[in-house]
Amino acid sequence: MWATTFLLAVREIRRHLLRSFLTILGIVIGVWAVVTMVTLGNGATQAVKQQISALGSNVLQVRPGQGFGRGGGGPQPADFKIEDLDAIRVQIVGVVAVAPLVQSTGTAVYNAANWSTTVNGTNRDYFIAQPWTFTGGRRFTRAEEQAGKAVCIIGNTVRSRLFRGEDPLGKRFRIKNISCEIIGTLAAKGQGGFGNDQDDIVLMPYKAVQRRMTGNRNVRQIMVSVDEAYDTQRVQASLRDLLRERRHLNAEAEDDFNIFDTKQISDTLSGTTQILTSLLGAVAAVSLLVGGIGIMNIMLVSVTERTREIGIRLAIGAVAREVLLQFLVEAVTLSCLGGLLGLLLALVSTILLAPVLKVPFIFDIKINMLAFFFSAMIGVVFGYFPARRAASLNPIEALRHE
Amino acid sequence: MANDVAPGETLISLRGVTKVFGEGSTAFFALKGIDIDITRGDFVAVMGPSGSGKSTAMNILGCLDVPTKGAYRFRGYHVENLERDQRALLRRRYLGFVFQGFNLLARTSALENVELPLVYRGEEKAKRREQAMAALEKVGLAEWWDHTPAELSGGQQQRVAIARAIVTHPEVLLADEPTGNLDTERSLEIMRLLTDLNRDNGITIVMVTHEAEMAAFAHTIIHFRDGLVESIEAKDSVGVKA
Repeated sequence: MWATTFLLAVREIRRHLLRSFLTILGIVIGVWAVVTMVTLGNGATQAVKQQISALGSNVLQVRPGQGFGRGGGGPQPADFKIEDLDAIRVQIVGVVAVAPLVQSTGTAVYNAANWSTTVNGTNRDYFIAQPWTFTGGRRFTRAEEQAGKAVCIIGNTVRSRLFRGEDPLGKRFRIKNISCEIIGTLAAKGQGGFGNDQDDIVLMPYKAVQRRMTGNRNVRQIMVSVDEAYDTQRVQASLRDLLRERRHLNAEAEDDFNIFDTKQISDTLSGTTQILTSLLGAVAAVSLLVGGIGIMNIMLVSVTERTREIGIRLAIGAVAREVLLQFLVEAVTLSCLGGLLGLLLALVSTILLAPVLKVPFIFDIKINMLAFFFSAMIGVVFGYFPARRAASLNPIEALRHE
Repeated sequence: MANDVAPGETLISLRGVTKVFGEGSTAFFALKGIDIDITRGDFVAVMGPSGSGKSTAMNILGCLDVPTKGAYRFRGYHVENLERDQRALLRRRYLGFVFQGFNLLARTSALENVELPLVYRGEEKAKRREQAMAALEKVGLAEWWDHTPAELSGGQQQRVAIARAIVTHPEVLLADEPTGNLDTERSLEIMRLLTDLNRDNGITIVMVTHEAEMAAFAHTIIHFRDGLVESIEAKDSVGVKA
């Protein structure tokens, strides 16, 4: 019986193609809006997460100064020393890796090519704290690190600028006044969260940079990678206590350094975009509701218009339930059709829009299923009232209806 | 299902059937207590001026309506006690309807129109096709199966309606002024078709008509006046016992 009811519904829809299309337009737009909003919103959340995780997951970044950058006025807070790193490693529980960052800039020269870039002096722990993959070569050895040997690992931008097609591994190039052997190449990461080119980078053992470029024993920044099993907040607190102690700050003094928790930032930012996504989705859901009312409207008109037809069906021997089911199935079929069309449109438009908005396209089966289910439900809810009206018609009066 | 009725035995029996519309001072007595018996295989014409109660009687005979008072027995069923849906099932199983205005589904082919009662009977698609085509064949419209009502003449539309009514092999065919919208020639065609169905297929026919010329095809003529049966005129042996 279900099959024949469905058949009757499809026949009826086919008979009024234009009207059927106009009926479902509201649902189509509603589903389209909901799915597009949520899909793009999820993409944006994902993009934020990716950009933050490029800074290293579960990493505390420690810099001198208050907040971002060094505040204006007053004496400049001192940089860190390598001994601070040793202390962190020994005294703080839950720390996986501690990496220094000694930064310098310089022009790199290879044959006729030159390229101005950033040099980061660091240690082997850096590769634990930062999610880099190697396209070739290796990290520094412990011996190289200890000795401060002039060995380099280069980012993708530096590689393409200086070496073009050539394989840089084992080659030597000059940066400032150092002749440096290339022992590793890094895979491209692309643009960072702040619009910077993350691949425009040369990595060297920190001692080499200190000795031959910055000329002091200062460390600009410390990266502390925290074990997943430990509470980052706790580790952050004990890190703060340790650094205050080592920097001889008394109880009233404010911190002259700041700790930047990438995980916290990531959670906050993705939380924000998620809230925005839900809001947009909710607004779009209202249009879906309006679409449902459109279906009810047309179904009511249709029942009135088809009163005589209903009379014929009743006279022929249709029971009330069959007439109810026919109109209900018709409404649900219409709304499901609208849902499908909306999903299709949403798929096409998100695929087209994602690159324009620079967010990744993520097909979320859940939101698609939910939107479809919701549109089917709308068919049931808004189709029931007109269907009941049809089923309760008096056959004699229905037959007489003009 | 209840009691099969042999040809010549009473199939339909109305006893003291009263139908009142409205209540109290505005109450209108459409039927004031009528007794009718119709035997299986009869061809009955129902005549009478408008407002005489013949349409109300037809609605009750067609199980579309129930009497306010009195009894209607059809094949042993006490129709006056049946629920709406039970009466629908009775119509589906034993009755066929032909209306003055044809009442075909618009924008629907003749074949699909004829198939409709079979859809509600839950017949298979292939069987549906076959039976619907056979019914169209019987009314002489087999070649017109894919035409919609708009593409058919009035006489053809009424024949499609008759095909729809007989496709389920009903015991009773209820025709409400089947020739009311047709010219004399088409009317006679329809009457010959009904006569054939009555004679060859043993279908009991109850037909409302104004025209004596059409009523002449029937074996029995019942005259209504003012909500009462005025006279019953049996033209031959297959008559009605008042």
